[in-house]
Amino acid sequence: MPHVLTRSLDRASTLFILIVAGLGILIPLSNLLLPEGSFFQVPTYLVALWGKYACYAILALSIDLIWGYCGILSLGHGAFFALGGYAMGMYLMRQIGSRGVYGNPILPDFMVFLNYPSLPWYWHGFDMFWFAALMVVLVPGLLAFAFGWFAFRSRVTGVYLSIITQAMTYALLLGFFRNDFGFGGNNGLTDFKDILGFNVQAEGTRCALFFLSCAALIAAFLICRAVVTSKLGKVLVAIRDAESRTRFLGYRVESYKLFVFTLSACMAGVAGALYVPQVGIINPSEFAPGNSIEAVIWVAVGGRGTLTGAALGAVVVNYAKTFFTSGALAPYWLFMLGALFILVTLLLPKGIVGTFNAWWEPWKAGRDADAASAAREDGAEPKPNPAE
Amino acid sequence: MLTQLTHDIAKMSRRRWLAATAGLVLGLAAFTQAKAQETIKVGVLHSLSGTMAISETTLKDTILFLIDEQNKKGGVLGKKLEAVVVDPASNWPLFAEKARELITKNKVSVVFGCWTSVSRKSVLPVFKELNSILFYPVQYEGEESERNVFYTGAAPNQQAIPAVDYLMKDEKVKRWVLAGTDYVYPRTTNKILEAYLKSKGVKQEDIMINYTPFGHSDWQTIVADIKKFGSAGKKTAVVSTINGDANVPFYKELGNQGIKAKDIPVVAFSVGEEELAGIDTKPLLGHLAAWNYFQSIKSPENEKFIKAWQTYTKNPKRVTNDPMEAHVIGFDMWVKAVEKVKSTDADKVIDALPGIEAKNLTGGTSKMLPNHHITKPVFIGEIKANGQFDVVWKTPGLVPGDAWSKELDGSKDLIGDWVGKKCGNYNTKTNKCGGQGS
Amino acid sequence: MSATAFDRLRAAAFSLLLLMAFAAPAFAGAFEDAVTKFANDDFSDTAEAIDAVAASGNPLAFPIISALNDERLFADPESKKVFIKQADDKIIDAATGAAVDKLPDGAAEVRLNNRLRRAVDTALGSLTLMSPDPAKRISAAQSVFKSHDEAALQAVDEALAKETDKTAKAAFTEARAAILLFKPDASEADKLDAIAVVKSKGDQEALALLTSLGSDQPPLIAKAIAGAISSIQGNLALWSMVQNAWYGLSLGSVLLLAAIGLAITFGVMGVINMAHGEMVMIGAYTTFVVQEVIRTRYPGLFDYSLFVAVPLAFIVAGAIGVAIERGIIRFLYGRPLETLLATWGLSLVIQQAVRTAFGPTNREVGNPSWMSGAFELGQITITYNRLWILVFTLAVFAILLAMLRYTALGLEMRAVTQNRRMAASMGIATSRVDALTFGLGSGIAGIAGVALSQIDNVSPNLGQSYIIDSFMVVVFGGVGNLWGTLVGAFTLGIANKFLEPVAGAVLGKIAILVLIILFIQKRPRGLFALKGRAVEA
Repeated sequence: MPHVLTRSLDRASTLFILIVAGLGILIPLSNLLLPEGSFFQVPTYLVALWGKYACYAILALSIDLIWGYCGILSLGHGAFFALGGYAMGMYLMRQIGSRGVYGNPILPDFMVFLNYPSLPWYWHGFDMFWFAALMVVLVPGLLAFAFGWFAFRSRVTGVYLSIITQAMTYALLLGFFRNDFGFGGNNGLTDFKDILGFNVQAEGTRCALFFLSCAALIAAFLICRAVVTSKLGKVLVAIRDAESRTRFLGYRVESYKLFVFTLSACMAGVAGALYVPQVGIINPSEFAPGNSIEAVIWVAVGGRGTLTGAALGAVVVNYAKTFFTSGALAPYWLFMLGALFILVTLLLPKGIVGTFNAWWEPWKAGRDADAASAAREDGAEPKPNPAE
Repeated sequence: MLTQLTHDIAKMSRRRWLAATAGLVLGLAAFTQAKAQETIKVGVLHSLSGTMAISETTLKDTILFLIDEQNKKGGVLGKKLEAVVVDPASNWPLFAEKARELITKNKVSVVFGCWTSVSRKSVLPVFKELNSILFYPVQYEGEESERNVFYTGAAPNQQAIPAVDYLMKDEKVKRWVLAGTDYVYPRTTNKILEAYLKSKGVKQEDIMINYTPFGHSDWQTIVADIKKFGSAGKKTAVVSTINGDANVPFYKELGNQGIKAKDIPVVAFSVGEEELAGIDTKPLLGHLAAWNYFQSIKSPENEKFIKAWQTYTKNPKRVTNDPMEAHVIGFDMWVKAVEKVKSTDADKVIDALPGIEAKNLTGGTSKMLPNHHITKPVFIGEIKANGQFDVVWKTPGLVPGDAWSKELDGSKDLIGDWVGKKCGNYNTKTNKCGGQGS
Repeated sequence: MSATAFDRLRAAAFSLLLLMAFAAPAFAGAFEDAVTKFANDDFSDTAEAIDAVAASGNPLAFPIISALNDERLFADPESKKVFIKQADDKIIDAATGAAVDKLPDGAAEVRLNNRLRRAVDTALGSLTLMSPDPAKRISAAQSVFKSHDEAALQAVDEALAKETDKTAKAAFTEARAAILLFKPDASEADKLDAIAVVKSKGDQEALALLTSLGSDQPPLIAKAIAGAISSIQGNLALWSMVQNAWYGLSLGSVLLLAAIGLAITFGVMGVINMAHGEMVMIGAYTTFVVQEVIRTRYPGLFDYSLFVAVPLAFIVAGAIGVAIERGIIRFLYGRPLETLLATWGLSLVIQQAVRTAFGPTNREVGNPSWMSGAFELGQITITYNRLWILVFTLAVFAILLAMLRYTALGLEMRAVTQNRRMAASMGIATSRVDALTFGLGSGIAGIAGVALSQIDNVSPNLGQSYIIDSFMVVVFGGVGNLWGTLVGAFTLGIANKFLEPVAGAVLGKIAILVLIILFIQKRPRGLFALKGRAVEA
């Protein structure tokens, strides 16, 4: 185990972990301990906001893992995120118990007014946290496994894969919109009260959730680093750069892809589960294909294939969204987002972190040859496939 | 080669681009800070981009207009009102985030906003937690009465049920098609209507319920089904809870397949003047809509409002619609409540609002009820060739909005009463307040 | 209505213009009282007035009722006078027929609601049974069939005796049968004959008529009715299959039109253009602008607006397409996934730009008269706009196919599709081909927008709703082969329409998506995949 750690922790990664951990501890402390209105006190709404960003960062990591290192562009990763969110949402709904507006101890409110006679079978068990937590990982994981098993085995690749992942999330979107599906239709699941007995709206709970999101982000980052720096990671990069050649060399490409795709889906599920109690609602619009594409652009902005970049990109783009949707520029937010997509793909093909590395590397190379070779592996730009 | 080229471009313009962005950001920051004055802030939470912009942009303009008018009269409590506009971009989690930002960061005294039920549901916990006030101006499915929300749109008993009554009595309709988009408002409304129709002796086989996805555009099959259903020898009508965007292709298909209003009338709850502005209305002559306000209603208040609105928007053809009137009433009620308690403190205003009366634009006086819904007249209008509605029927008086439907098993014993019982879901059978109150 | 009254009315209808100026009130008191009721602005008074006027036999009855139908009847609530605005904009007093200079200031249109419109229809139905225009006679007969008003029997009999037009004769026979079926004192034999006539009509109206007869009939007749109903139902069930197939074709043609441009850019350049839907939208907005100009400047040419819009939409969308290719996409070749992201961003920008320029609400695009309405083919209704769109799609497809086959650009495009490097080595300017291909694909999307504006919303969201479906069609049909797109579009359209009645619209759509996902596992490159080394990425 220790050698896995030393292998996966280069200087940039350590810095990243330290920053996230620092924020994860300092922000809640400042929010809880300092008096309100003090200059250093972080207001609660910012805690919730940054908690949301942290969840997005985990989603971005999961996308970077498959896209940046294995060349699988999933335009349906929002589906796994949303499924994780729904699993958590179902737990939170069951926790409401008889405090719902109709006072029904078993049925959530929307089931009461849609005349459900009893709880649908798939809602059973979600009153237990451990079961819900298991489902958060298991449901997206299983879906990704089944989907990937079919898709990778029959060698659906490139844009075809992107489009059918989009079809998958679109089908789920339509399904979850249906009230007959039993997940609250368009309104989704909302009006949560407690999580594990703590009031979700209390400041302490928010801080704890933020801390947990940061911890999960670090954990996800470490897992990704462990994967990409291992031998497995090398094979993944090989698949990304020349899939057929890797196959001819005797690697079972499908199995590698399937593993990393499933792992990534589980991470997305966890991100969704942490996201839901912090924003207070989960609804089918999380399945919208546009959301998944937007998540991919976070990765592109931060730097594909850099992990730290993915997380950074998620935060930067979402901060921009928060900033530009208020004030005088409010109606123009879509112009900015769209322009960001175009400019980044045209002018910053390596993303923020990738471009930074490209500047930094030559300068550093003179000083530290060893570190430079490690960084190049990280920032490796996808080579144009000769067969394309 | 190509990559080299892009790289060069990247190098060339990168610095300039960065500089421009930085300039923009700094300028914005300066702009927002310069406006700090002693004002009462009013939050406007309507989507200005994305799919819901089609409906919500007008409501943002309405509030800006009302604030402008109020400021001309000297503001409220001697202070000017200041609008804080945010764009939740038709994204539900963003609605919650923006609501939180409006209340904690911008310190607004009241928020006017939301359109879809899901956006209201998404901001609801925020308003409860931070104890602020939301005025919600759109007709919705009911089944809600919250302390921090004031519902100025129609509840189902202020729109759906009178419409069905009209069709039953005046058009002698015996067979019903309940067609809707598959989401909560149509589902609930149809549930209520189904129960109501059955209580009036309509048999199950005379009710056809149909749901379609959002933005459904191929209506051939469904219109043919309606035609078939309508040919059973009994007078048939369609009650449509089809969501905004899907209506245009629906009506086009109706017109083309030759379903005339005199054969099978369609009564809609989501089609108003704004929606009709995008359709050639000649084939739709006689189809119906049920609302609490129509632009064509003749009253001095309405004529004055339309004129002022068209002057404000500098567009002599700009239409008005029902949710706009709801904002007009809600805004007026809020101003009156603030002036009554001489404070914008949320608790005081919430307590003062029930009982406040405000003139609506159709010549009556609406009143805020203890369940945070208001009394409204109900009008049935027929579509005319000029895209306006001709009122063919109206309720004799004002109808009080029911937060909880009397037709549904789960809610028939519930009432919302924030004055006497201090509770949104008081059960009159068990004499207990359910949910969060206990 | 008595026979004499009817005769007089008929005479009135024929010598309408002649009589108009000189008409003297025949039954002054009652008729004038009835007319005055129009001025009360009360629906039940108007209903009484319609009945009284139609039954009065006054020569002004027909002009009044038809003016009411066309919203040309005005009433002054103060003086209680009622006026007709004639087709030539002259005003006459409805009660006396005397010419009036202008409408009084307070005069307003007499309002109708659906109930009154039906009453007007019935009144007009019996008033126009003898119209010289066979189409009017047929529609009059049909309205009698629906109202099966016993009073019209005699008039129908007379009309039937004189009728020479075959279709009109059939319509009158059916109308007569409907009346007899509902006439309590008609003989059993008559009723049985009538049932046979209605049965042979065999459509939904016939079914409606028979089912509304009720069950309290003599046994023999009840049996005949039941037999007729089940025969019609069986017949209609068969037709509904045909109808589903037609709906499927129609949906398929829309999908094909939306996807075909995508198939070209995707097939030739391997570029995923997520802004394709926005090109469709731009085409639709071009139609809006063209119609707006025509409406304000040359209202008479409205029916030709689409002929202007199609080439214009092609040029506008095509030019934007070339600009996109030159400005963005050419820097991204060999990186299809990045292209996808950049064009998605572009689609957001275009959408919001259109929203800013044209406003967020729907814009009105009208159907020209030749695209409105429907005709009956057997027992199915075929709407003209769907039919024309199908024809138009097939024409676009054929032209495109011919272009690819017989023109130099087509040859170059095919060469680049099959092997880009080889084509470049043979001296084909691939970058020029790319730009033109992208322009062509976008231009066709623009044309699709013109067609879609006829059946869908013209709003900034128009394109988005088609983009996923278009991708499904292209992926399902296979890339680089237009026939694949054709087969894919029609297969998906028909499958969707046969699933919809069974599963409902939402589940049907989900089922189609799942089927496509499964299908792609079986044939990862679609129905008609290109073969060869160059294709393997």
